[in-house]
Amino acid sequence: MADRQYELVYILPPDSTEQQSTELHAQVEAVVSRMAGQIERTENWGRRRLAYEIAHFKEGVYVLEVINGGGDLMKELDRRLRVMDLVIRHMVVRVDEEKKVVDRTRTKRQSESERRRVKRGLPPQRQPGEGRSADSEDDGDDRFDGVEV
Amino acid sequence: MAFGQGRSGGGRGRGDKKPGDKEKGQRRPMFRRRKVCKFCADKIDDINYKDVKLLGPFVPERGKILPRRISGTCAMHQRKLQTAIKRARQIALIPYVTD
Repeated sequence: MADRQYELVYILPPDSTEQQSTELHAQVEAVVSRMAGQIERTENWGRRRLAYEIAHFKEGVYVLEVINGGGDLMKELDRRLRVMDLVIRHMVVRVDEEKKVVDRTRTKRQSESERRRVKRGLPPQRQPGEGRSADSEDDGDDRFDGVEV
Repeated sequence: MAFGQGRSGGGRGRGDKKPGDKEKGQRRPMFRRRKVCKFCADKIDDINYKDVKLLGPFVPERGKILPRRISGTCAMHQRKLQTAIKRARQIALIPYVTD
């Protein structure tokens, strides 16, 4: 089953070098290609503050990989990252199903609004300057009033 | 609407506030703003753990998840919000606790 999509996020120590991160990426890539998967894209978020300390680090270098592949591939990756000292934290999330749902609701909403607009004798797409402007309502400013912390 | 008694205009996800059963005493009527689910109102389909800016307002200072009764989020979106926040916590984008 190679039609699943996963997101892998891992965090490296802030003092890790560029070379280390590329090396790690190569290792991940090797595992992925060996087990008949493919990396769709890689995002390097760079150094970020951690919300809490991990292994006495206050900052970390985040890397996100979007991987198409099977569950056993991710299991293997997970196992490998777990034993790697360089990676201070990692997480694997399956995303394809949620993505499908999101796409479906989005297209449904789109087509529904177009259908209604056509029925009202309007062009299917919203024209610029039509309807209420976004800031006409008092939204946002008081949505969380009454918050007691 | 066919049935006059029913709450009218209770569209899905509008989350309009019912008048509380036990209003605080008779002294002064509580005016409560109708709370609306942010995700329904803004038509945000995807509540993603990577989007810290989106999740931020639902994690108050203490680090807890803002309850539905305060934020007015609808059940479906609160559920999605919950998983997103918990994922974001795992990779240290959002704190578990702060004190």
